[in-house]
Amino acid sequence: MEEKILLLGAEAIAQGAIDAGISGIYAYPGTPSTEITEYVQRSKEAKKRNIHSTWSANEKTAYEAALGMAYAGKRAMVCMKHVGLNVAADAFINSAITGTNGGLIVTVADDPSMHSSQNEQDSRFYGKFAMIPVLEPSSQQEAYDAVHLGFELSEKVKLPVMLRITTRLSHSRAGIKRKNIKNQNILGFPGKRNQFILLPANARIQYQELIDKQPDLEEIAEHSVLNKSSIKNSSGLGVITFGIAYNYLMEVVSENNLYINILKIGQYPLPKKMTQSFIEKCSKVLVLEEGYPVYEELLRGFWEFSGPVRIHGRLDGTIPRTGELNPDIVRAALDIEKNEPHPGSTLVAGRPPELCQGCSHRDLYTELNEALKDVNEKHVFSDIGCYTLGALPPYDAINTCVDMGASVTMAKGAADAGLRPSVAVIGDSTFTHSGITGLLDAVNDKSAVTIIISDNATTAMTGGQDSPGFGRLYDICLGVGVEKEHLRVMEPLKKNFEMNVKVLKEEIAYEGVSVVISNRECIQTLTRKKRAQNKSEIVK
Amino acid sequence: MKKDIIIAGVGGQGILSIAAVIDLAAIKNKLFVKQAEVHGMSQRGGAVQTHLRISDQPIFSDLISKGKADLIISIEPMESLRYLEFLKPDGWVVSNINPIKNISNYPDTDKILNEINHLPYSILADADTLAKQAGSIKASNMVLLGVASEFFGIDYALLKKSITEIFGRKGEDIIQMNLRALEAGRQEALKVIDI
Ligand SMILES: Cc1ncc(C[n+]2csc(CCOP(=O)(O)OP(=O)(O)O)c2C)c(N)n1
Repeated sequence: MEEKILLLGAEAIAQGAIDAGISGIYAYPGTPSTEITEYVQRSKEAKKRNIHSTWSANEKTAYEAALGMAYAGKRAMVCMKHVGLNVAADAFINSAITGTNGGLIVTVADDPSMHSSQNEQDSRFYGKFAMIPVLEPSSQQEAYDAVHLGFELSEKVKLPVMLRITTRLSHSRAGIKRKNIKNQNILGFPGKRNQFILLPANARIQYQELIDKQPDLEEIAEHSVLNKSSIKNSSGLGVITFGIAYNYLMEVVSENNLYINILKIGQYPLPKKMTQSFIEKCSKVLVLEEGYPVYEELLRGFWEFSGPVRIHGRLDGTIPRTGELNPDIVRAALDIEKNEPHPGSTLVAGRPPELCQGCSHRDLYTELNEALKDVNEKHVFSDIGCYTLGALPPYDAINTCVDMGASVTMAKGAADAGLRPSVAVIGDSTFTHSGITGLLDAVNDKSAVTIIISDNATTAMTGGQDSPGFGRLYDICLGVGVEKEHLRVMEPLKKNFEMNVKVLKEEIAYEGVSVVISNRECIQTLTRKKRAQNKSEIVK
Repeated sequence: MKKDIIIAGVGGQGILSIAAVIDLAAIKNKLFVKQAEVHGMSQRGGAVQTHLRISDQPIFSDLISKGKADLIISIEPMESLRYLEFLKPDGWVVSNINPIKNISNYPDTDKILNEINHLPYSILADADTLAKQAGSIKASNMVLLGVASEFFGIDYALLKKSITEIFGRKGEDIIQMNLRALEAGRQEALKVIDI
């Protein structure tokens, strides 16, 4: 195991989890977290060790399954993108009250700069909210090591541990040194009868325990290998870095031979003693956080200008208020002269993403635009997936994209408000993630909505993972109570154009719940399958 | 030894295969590697890029700073210009001449090629044609890697070994085709450098 292996940060976490003896990984895909679970799914070692790794229907079901595995004494990891934690938040916050039995790590991948997301929320807020330990590695190797540390910590303090990463760490490769592989835990149940029964009387006891653990968690953070204070110049400039910000600082420090004080934070709760004694040795402090100014705000305090040490960062404009960090931002914040970069070319045009040639969503949007051609108030509620690209020209076909499942429920609310027609377009995986319950609401209210499920038989946006309701969407809708006459299926192909427009027009005219399943396989997964088939034929 | 390389193109063109070959060769050479890629939304036909850093010293940042890249390798000409801000004053640009016009406002191709030609250090190659001659247009990424191979200080034999290893699962024909494409690219570079 001496040789380093080149892994994405996400893959390093997956390998770390396998090596730390997990019995299962639970997740719903979401950039930049998807590759963690995919790595475990591909891993021969994981297969040999019978590690559970199939996809969950959404982040909440994933979280609860992982909690159940930890209840049974085994180590489990649950992974999601930052907004996934909103979906799993109920389970997450309450799991801090129950605490855990086997080790439980929730890996959350934030996406500052919103490369592939609706927002850039900072999961460290959730960590503080739940009052559990949070680990924020600065490098891929630290991420690998943090998984081992996290499981030990989780089992020691009997709490779930959050592993917070961001896009750059997740999607960047580096050489990783592995540790020895650990055996999985054996089945074993919580010793305390009421630990997981959060009836108010028990919950108060459990909550008090969580509060009582806080000084311990802080003390552990004071001695964590992920936290390090280095004083080079007493009463000079100090920089406090959180997570990957350390790398951007060190890039600039090593290139310019700077002698500055550095406090590197990678484990929370914030080690107060270490932080205070660091700040006391500095004349001013720059705070570098990859995300919201969570700790900058805390360090400034309510009377931010009365302290002897000035704090700089995102809140005073030293660092841009939004977006991810990079070495250039750090260089500017430290007043280091910029390299004279090339001014760039004036010829370059933007090249936004687009729906693939041959994609079934394309045909659906052509049909839908035709079906709605004569409508005065054309508002189509949509959702998150490849089909969101229907918002761009040449389609300009949809008006909303908010959160998974919101198309169905927003269309219902708008219909309740009087909008006619009220149409939703949702993907198959998004529908099973969070659309079914909304459809039930619409059915119960007999709302005048037309829900179009653009079913490409996969979770395409994140790379073509299994779709949890594959082949069963029709039965699901029927089971929820959609009337058979208004549950229609069509195949979005050019040759079916007129027929499909007619179906859409008929259902849009219906004063009640109608569902149209527009079904044709994703061109990417189809091509991949054909290629694999050809290869196996050649081998034969 | 330290090289900062930006590899650019359009989603689906195979920039990650170029990166994978260099990564493996660098690791075999006991160098440190960091390589930041783009996954997700922009892979759908949008502009994609990867920051690849190799060094004999530990590397901190996953991202390359503006004005610090030694080399830009681009499988699409306009995409090579998108990252000029990152290029060192004496950095090289290696680009394909064949545009992908999946946007309605794609600029005049001649103007683009002209601008690349007028950079202090650049090589334009008809990677698509050379790749076709090697066996498949899909290998145009390896042609460009071949052109660039003269500029990042990794032994050519090691690059060939990496290709053999990375494409190993796809069979001997694919390996040979990619090696031919690599060599065709390298010859292009040698022509320019010799003069
Ligand atoms: C709560 C939440 N989880 C995950 C994601 C990431 N995500 C965005 S789109 C998508 C896939 C949607 O699949 P589907 O509905 O089948 O549409 P397709 O991309 O296949 O067209 C995922 C997983 C997200 N944005 N929000």
